[in-house]
Amino acid sequence: MDFFHLTEVELEALRLSLWVSVWAVAASLPFGILAAWVLARLRFPGKSLLDGLVHLPLVLPPVVTGYLLLVLLGRNGIIGALLYKYLGVVFAFNWKGAALAAAVMAFPLLVRAVRLSLESVDPGLEAAARTLGAGPARVFFTVTLPLTAPGIITGTILAFARSLGEFGATITFASNIRGQTQTLPLALYTLTQVPDGEMGAMRLCIISMLIAMAALVCSEIFARRFAARLKG
Amino acid sequence: MEISVRRKQGNFGIDASFHGAESGVTALYGPSGAGKTSIVNMVAGLTRPDNGRIAINGLCLFDSAKGIDLPPEKRRIGYIFQDGRLLPHLSVRSNLTYGMHRTPVGRRFVDFDQVVDLLGIGHLLHRRPARLSGGEKQRVAIGRALLTSPAMLLMDEPLASLDGARKAEVLPFIMRLGREFAIPILYVSHAMDEILNLAIHMVIMEDGRVLACGNLEDLLLRSDLHAYFGRDESGSVISTIVDNPEDSFGLAHLRFGDKILKVQGIQAAPGTVVRVRIPASHVAIALEPPAGTSLQNIFPGKICEILDQGAHFVDVRLDIGCVLWVRITRQSCLDLHLKPGRPVFALIKSVAVSLGTFTRIGASDFLTSCL
Repeated sequence: MDFFHLTEVELEALRLSLWVSVWAVAASLPFGILAAWVLARLRFPGKSLLDGLVHLPLVLPPVVTGYLLLVLLGRNGIIGALLYKYLGVVFAFNWKGAALAAAVMAFPLLVRAVRLSLESVDPGLEAAARTLGAGPARVFFTVTLPLTAPGIITGTILAFARSLGEFGATITFASNIRGQTQTLPLALYTLTQVPDGEMGAMRLCIISMLIAMAALVCSEIFARRFAARLKG
Repeated sequence: MEISVRRKQGNFGIDASFHGAESGVTALYGPSGAGKTSIVNMVAGLTRPDNGRIAINGLCLFDSAKGIDLPPEKRRIGYIFQDGRLLPHLSVRSNLTYGMHRTPVGRRFVDFDQVVDLLGIGHLLHRRPARLSGGEKQRVAIGRALLTSPAMLLMDEPLASLDGARKAEVLPFIMRLGREFAIPILYVSHAMDEILNLAIHMVIMEDGRVLACGNLEDLLLRSDLHAYFGRDESGSVISTIVDNPEDSFGLAHLRFGDKILKVQGIQAAPGTVVRVRIPASHVAIALEPPAGTSLQNIFPGKICEILDQGAHFVDVRLDIGCVLWVRITRQSCLDLHLKPGRPVFALIKSVAVSLGTFTRIGASDFLTSCL
């Protein structure tokens, strides 16, 4: 058997992983930018509470996060029951659950990167744009957001990589169902548990490394492009 | 323009009311920390006064009593910041048109090509701000504000971040603004030479309050404000008319009253009005008309008043047909027995009132000839 030939299980895991990660990042990006903006620019009572909440998945054991998600968003969970009743949406034990778990775990990384970048945007530039006749929303989309691009790119790449690697919260919240929630790390773990799985595990390991490297290189290229743009 | 604002920020309070000229440059002058920028920010709508009223040419921008508070984007005010604040991710052209595109076509009275031409920035349009020099950045910032076709321009020390050569590069453009566009300009500065070059009207601020406000030349002659202009700025400003721009020795003859002031030759047509600044420390006093002297400018006059300037100097106000301030040492003052009412002679070196140390402004036709 050719070493470079992926089995059906591995291929499924790879496809599912990419699908789940893309969804996780795409769906959480607007919320991530919003949260970063709120944390960077607004002052309000309870701000440190929000800050803590956003960062919680970074410090909690992933299994705990997964368990909390199950309690809150499971089919019979506090929020999950309502979602099912009114919207017919179920998160637990399907790819959406895996995407949600990945998004929650990656969220702090996304917010941190965007916030750092937002904080380095000179509010004076935004004030200048206001005096030039642009309303707050237009200023945000024509000044703030373009200047936050490096942070958004870094945050997206980090979040994507984190989503690809998500294990604990996913297996707890979405379980390990082949073709449904068995992402790459879950498949790799499963392969290490069965006899003759070493080759498959090694292939998945190499694929993970390649994706991670590609993500880093992309992020670097984008960052360089942006810096070059600003230099004119 | 009518500005009357009060605002408390920490231990510092702003409480200022003044009227500025409806066209031309009104200088907002005062030391750092006097609250000049705070006022300009309130006019632009970037900070909110606790109460007061701001109106420009009849258009009310803020009135706490009536509950009016227009957001910055609705105020139609062009703001030129000290640090330029060009948008770094946009080209010079996009920076210039950023505000223009947000001004309704029917309201635009400033033409893109005209501004690019006036400011000499045509060759920079495709560059990004990072590749501009300080002077170029400030010129683009001026153009960007102008292209919004504003009802008023605010300039917050637009030359402060520039060195001498760059200042000289930008100043003429600002001088031309008032002439080519009939927009009132509120010009913040703590540099008297810039104000003398530009302003018709002046508001003097200190500790968040207006100390005095009115015609620039009138304010400069007021003895109660004299000490305020400080050691370096102390001097006299005299409006003169060019009699002969260049005689056979290269000296210009400037007439004030029935007297002629001879200074280094200038390029101005006879009959134009020139504002001349004579630093107080460049004038000497004699009790008798000196004989055998190299001095070209000797004017008889009378001592009006003597003011102490610290431990070693006194400032003497002379009437030589107009007001002339002279700074001498306390020692000389005692030796010569100077006191108010005493007739003396004022001696001014022609080279002291050279193109470098005097300022030529005011009359618009003169500007035409010197630019």
